[in-house]
Amino acid sequence: MKRILKRRESTLLISLIVLVLLVSLRSPSFIGPKSLNAILNDTSALIIVALGQSLVILIGGIDLSVASTMAFTGMVTGLLNLHIPGIPAWTYLPIAAAIGACLGALSGSLVAFGRLPPLIATIATMSIYRGFVYVFSKGAWVTARDMSPAFLSIPSTQIFGLSSMVWIAILVAVAAGIFMRFASSGREVYAFGGNKVAANFAGVSERKVEMLVLTASGLLAGLAGVLWVSRYGMAQSETASGFEMQTVAACVLGGVNFVGGAGTVLGVVIGALFFGVVNNALTVIHISPFFQMVIQGIVIIFAIVSNTLIDRSNQMKLIARRKI
Amino acid sequence: MSRESKMDGRSRVEGSRLAGRRPSLGRRLAGFLGSWESLIFLLFLLVVSANSLISPIFLDPANLFDATLNFTEKAIIAMPMIFVIILGDIDISVASIIALCSLFIGMAAANGVSTPLLIAIGLGVGLLAGLFNGFLITKFDLPAIAVTLGTMSLYRGIPNAVLGDQAYTKFPADFGFLGQGYAIANIVPLELLVFLVIAVVAAVVLNFTIAGRYSYAIGNNKTAAKFSGVPVARVRMAAFAATGLCSGISAILLTSRIGSTNPNIAMGWELEVITMVVLGGVAITGGKGNVLGVIIAAFLLGFMRFGLAVVNVQGAIMNIITGALLVVAILLPKAIEAARHRPMREKSL
Repeated sequence: MKRILKRRESTLLISLIVLVLLVSLRSPSFIGPKSLNAILNDTSALIIVALGQSLVILIGGIDLSVASTMAFTGMVTGLLNLHIPGIPAWTYLPIAAAIGACLGALSGSLVAFGRLPPLIATIATMSIYRGFVYVFSKGAWVTARDMSPAFLSIPSTQIFGLSSMVWIAILVAVAAGIFMRFASSGREVYAFGGNKVAANFAGVSERKVEMLVLTASGLLAGLAGVLWVSRYGMAQSETASGFEMQTVAACVLGGVNFVGGAGTVLGVVIGALFFGVVNNALTVIHISPFFQMVIQGIVIIFAIVSNTLIDRSNQMKLIARRKI
Repeated sequence: MSRESKMDGRSRVEGSRLAGRRPSLGRRLAGFLGSWESLIFLLFLLVVSANSLISPIFLDPANLFDATLNFTEKAIIAMPMIFVIILGDIDISVASIIALCSLFIGMAAANGVSTPLLIAIGLGVGLLAGLFNGFLITKFDLPAIAVTLGTMSLYRGIPNAVLGDQAYTKFPADFGFLGQGYAIANIVPLELLVFLVIAVVAAVVLNFTIAGRYSYAIGNNKTAAKFSGVPVARVRMAAFAATGLCSGISAILLTSRIGSTNPNIAMGWELEVITMVVLGGVAITGGKGNVLGVIIAAFLLGFMRFGLAVVNVQGAIMNIITGALLVVAILLPKAIEAARHRPMREKSL
């Protein structure tokens, strides 16, 4: 019990629940099924992309190209749907994921083989991918009117009371959790993020890990791209612009360490949900959405400072307890 | 990246000259090309000649000076950013600091504050924002990217909360001179002069002062620097404060040039500034870089965008080209280096 309480995820989860309860004092319908469902739907894309982002942050990098990848796959699937409406709707998911994985692998090879730091490689691919969205669409928008009803229903089909978008986020989170905990590649990501030199001597291939995390991040962003576009019924060159920073913020709040090597799937999911709740709560308690950014900033700074201070005090306690 | 590959090409050529044998022409050429400043200077010449082919009036002095207006505000922030990145840190909140400064300048101007005071407000807010970044980073020893990600939201969030979808457009008549005025024979933009002064200060500090040497020492090995008595926290603090201050200067010039302020001002500039610095040869891993390379990179990027705009290339395609340029400019010297040293190349860890 004590061990569970000590974990960062539990602190975060408790503050999340407290936040939800506080908001529901002002507006009781906030904890109603309809409102909770809306929060889950709004947060699904963030959860999916943030999980990919967390892999890259785990190895001490960052993937700034995720939002551009979303715009890319969103536009490609949107255009596919516009020109060949007959394709079964579910096939857009693997198509988008595959395109996303290719884009991620391209960033990955710049890092793994070109030895570019992930930050620089993804700054470059970020503008390249978004540029191509514009080239493909010639600057035009693909709107809900151009999309087939089947395409628009991809994220909203109801299964056991939850929308398919939420189910996809749950599946991704469970798969990521199993992968990070039990697959040897998943453990290699932690090992590599914790200490590159040591991991190298233990036989972890640097290139393999770098390719793996960036490809996975691209794949998940690609998947989220088609969900985003079909949910909002709009594909344009500015799709999800600035979303990359939100995914990084969700990771930071979820306790993924920027120095690399520490962070859990559960933490990232709760971190993403936290932002989802805050954003939805603002409208419920009648605070202008223009305050969203200030609050997000304060939450991030508070999370980083408190996480680091708690970490340090834990380490000091461990050192103090050690017999010399 | 291994330390070996960071060695610049020219020093190897000089090394073999000292050893008494004249390097072959090919090697000397490769060494020249391998040096970062010469590589991007060649690219710069390429852009200038392409531009003058496209547009006969490009080399006209008045036009040439005006072409600098689209990048000097970013280049001003790139100068202190050189220090931040050499230190092994990064500051992604600079564009948000511009928005914050611009908000306070606009707010004060709407209340009838005079131009000198507006300048003081812009500088003061920028400095405070930079100091706050530096305080969080050095006081708690937090990763700079995480902290400035937070302040990036915070600093742009404040104008968002205050202004919403409104904008300030009322400024004193003489305020516009700062961003739109010309000095020296009425042809050199004031902005360019401000940039050149800041660039000279940055070059002097980096090359001829203790603080500059400290920056390289910290960037190469923070722990070793600390144990050698380098005031690591103070140097990092100063770098973030300078970045905030220069963002304030940039905010004053930008607000004056466009004559309005809204929460979305300078959106995405942080990445353009970082691109400039990295293209200028500053290693994002820290410890390496100089001012001259970044100045050339600023002119290269600015003139390239100018030329592309002349031939009606869309912004999105410019972004593709900028992104590709960044990748190629970093990969090319590495590829040349690798080709030259293939026989004795060691496998880096």
